[in-house]
Amino acid sequence: MLRRGLLLLAAPLLALAVALVISSIALLLSHHSPLSTYSKMVSYGVCSKAFPDAPCTAESMVSILDRAVPYFLSALAVAIGFRMALFNIGVGGQYHMAAVLAAGLGAAVSLPAPLHVAFILAVAVVTGAMWAGIAGLLKVTRGVSEVISTIMLNFIGGGLSTYLLVTFFKAGGSDNLSGASKTLPTSAWFPSLNPLLKALGLTAGDTDLYGFAIVAIVVGIGYSILLQRTRFGFDLRASGVNPWAAQASGVAQKGMVVKTMLISGAIAGLVGMPHLLGFAHKYSNDFPAGLGFTGITVALLGRNRPIGMVLGAILIGFLERSAQVLDLNGIPKEIVVIMQGTIVLSVVVAYEVVRRAEVAAAERAVRRRLDSDDGPDAGPPPEPQASAAVPV
Amino acid sequence: MSTVTSTSGSGAPAAGRPGTGRRGLPARLSGRFSGTLLLVAAVLVLLSFVRVITGQEDITSSGTMGAALRLAIPIGMAGLGGLFAERAGVVNIGLEGMMILGTWFGAWGGFQFGPWWGVLAGIAGGALGGLLHAVATVTFGVDHIVSGVAINILGAGVARYLSVIAYAHTPGGGATQSPEIKRDIQTVTLPVLSGGTFFGWHSPDPLGSLERHRWFLVSDLAGILHGLTAGVSLLAVVAVLLIPASYFLLWRTALGLRLRSVGENPVSAESLGVPVYRMKYLAVIISGGLAGLGGAFLSIVGSSIYREGQTGGQGFIGLAAMIFGNWRPGGLAAGAALFGYADALQLREQSAVHALLLFTALLLALLAVRSAVRRAIRSAVFSAVAAAAFAIWFFGSDAVPPEFVSFTPHIVTLLVLSLAAQRLRMPAADGQPYRKGQQ
Repeated sequence: MLRRGLLLLAAPLLALAVALVISSIALLLSHHSPLSTYSKMVSYGVCSKAFPDAPCTAESMVSILDRAVPYFLSALAVAIGFRMALFNIGVGGQYHMAAVLAAGLGAAVSLPAPLHVAFILAVAVVTGAMWAGIAGLLKVTRGVSEVISTIMLNFIGGGLSTYLLVTFFKAGGSDNLSGASKTLPTSAWFPSLNPLLKALGLTAGDTDLYGFAIVAIVVGIGYSILLQRTRFGFDLRASGVNPWAAQASGVAQKGMVVKTMLISGAIAGLVGMPHLLGFAHKYSNDFPAGLGFTGITVALLGRNRPIGMVLGAILIGFLERSAQVLDLNGIPKEIVVIMQGTIVLSVVVAYEVVRRAEVAAAERAVRRRLDSDDGPDAGPPPEPQASAAVPV
Repeated sequence: MSTVTSTSGSGAPAAGRPGTGRRGLPARLSGRFSGTLLLVAAVLVLLSFVRVITGQEDITSSGTMGAALRLAIPIGMAGLGGLFAERAGVVNIGLEGMMILGTWFGAWGGFQFGPWWGVLAGIAGGALGGLLHAVATVTFGVDHIVSGVAINILGAGVARYLSVIAYAHTPGGGATQSPEIKRDIQTVTLPVLSGGTFFGWHSPDPLGSLERHRWFLVSDLAGILHGLTAGVSLLAVVAVLLIPASYFLLWRTALGLRLRSVGENPVSAESLGVPVYRMKYLAVIISGGLAGLGGAFLSIVGSSIYREGQTGGQGFIGLAAMIFGNWRPGGLAAGAALFGYADALQLREQSAVHALLLFTALLLALLAVRSAVRRAIRSAVFSAVAAAAFAIWFFGSDAVPPEFVSFTPHIVTLLVLSLAAQRLRMPAADGQPYRKGQQ
């Protein structure tokens, strides 16, 4: 068990090491010292120290967590599909559709604070689920691969959300040059966790810690319970490992595909909410993009496990935040994009290598046991027993 | 090796009715050919009709056609790249990333050494992405989709980082774009028909003058031909020729047969002596190179500059065109042409896109009549309802929102996939991991 845990940890660490080596080469090629680059990143990322003699504050930590919240949600949406061998590449389209409708409809109603937030979240969840549900329905009724349909729905969702924004939700007024939607009333703002920071005696400048982090944690726990403690979760995992066996044991695969897509889309609908309810309070064309693909990265890094994905999301958040200091030092901060890319690619290769090593080890163990079982009948040869003593 | 050629040579490529031997092939081909010709003629007449009614000259103008060709080529090259990879059984979602590498390396090579060197650099950059995909999927058995997504992320990152290093101190360049590529790839014009020069002799331009007469059908045909034959970049000519060349390579040579056999049934192929891993590597590297060529075309010919986000998802549209074209070169070329045309029309004349609604309505009405004659009542009703919907949309509105045009290719792909999924046939072992010695 311990060995297995170590193997699990070995893969991401190996990937991280490979990513560091490749980024170091890239840095050396552009005449920058890797070591000083990394130490600057760490001191800024951990302590917000842009300069050696600057005071240490929690601003970077808060910023990293704020970045990690949507990444984690996006990763959860991707991961629940992955557990069933379904690829939801369309988280991007789902959260954009959800965010534009949530912002537009949220600004159109007036409700007391908790209800208003609940209403907006409900709109987002339902929209995300519907948008992903299209891909699920197309898969079970027409046999369209969800990989292709979600990619197409990404583009359609992107265009449609712009259309909805421009046609229905754009705020009036001549100063609205960016074409943003109406600002949500304060009853729809999600409270920040700044009081908690203050209670802990941390200073974070004027960066708010997203209160939505709590929602993300709740969704993460829900994901874990759903998969590990419910019949649906068992069915889902069984379908992911072997859909034919699951079908034969009475798990209707078509229903599972649609339900999983709906849940995945529902979570995806929440991805834009930290930004909408905690920061911008309106939808505009510069709404964060690309969170869907980052979610895939994080889900792969964390191997679909909640804790792993939390760590993965924080790692990506850390890379992005700490890169901010590099420009001040004349080092291209784009190095972290290379790091992210190499981490993803090397982590999937590393997991595969580890998996093959496990399979090979298991096969060896079985063979050895068979050999030693044969032993008494054929007269015990000394070699197999000796080799069985060698730790696997 | 000859065994492989003769055993799967007759059955695999056509995948049609069993029992049709080599002799059946030409007949079927010619049947398909005349069907296609009929469809093309019908489309042409309808387009011409719509142009005359609505007065939107840009529907068939040579300008639109030239732009459509320019816009279709990156899509077509990405689609061709997808074709090579998937015919060898490797799904390539990473086309977009490889295309990004192509745009960057293409612009860099073009800026440093001249446009043709840029084309080679772009191909090499894309092929590098393909090699990475092959290492991950073939050697390490990583899931094809996962690896492709990772390559898309990596491609964007590499292009960004390299831009900062290479372009930060160049005139007009920066973190998100390259300096201008000064020299252009030469353009060619067909002599005699489209007014090109022929050994120094300036030939007349009969197609151009025919187009200006605005006659029904004749001028439309002239406009289309003129657009496709006048002022065409030499690289576009090369790219278009790559499509029949790919068909020939994949369906008419032993190498192509081996490559496709790997995508249909790698275990049998291996048992007959085909080096499966090597074939997959070759196919995926070619795939990346073609995507890279599409990218290089975008940056060198399309805009003579590299800009971040230049591909704008065209790698994915290429993939869509390939699926649209049923994993065949001719089909994917048609898909790329359709998507390129829609894009060109939108760029040149927004209001002409509105006229396309009428065209779609008429085309669907024709389909409904055809289905009714063949007594396929369900599809006849479906087409008729869709035709009516488009007609109502056309008469009830003045313009199509530009956002709708931007995702037309994606909607068309979804529609084609959901309406014709039963008729589409992808390679049997597409996307499945293969390890030597394991069934």
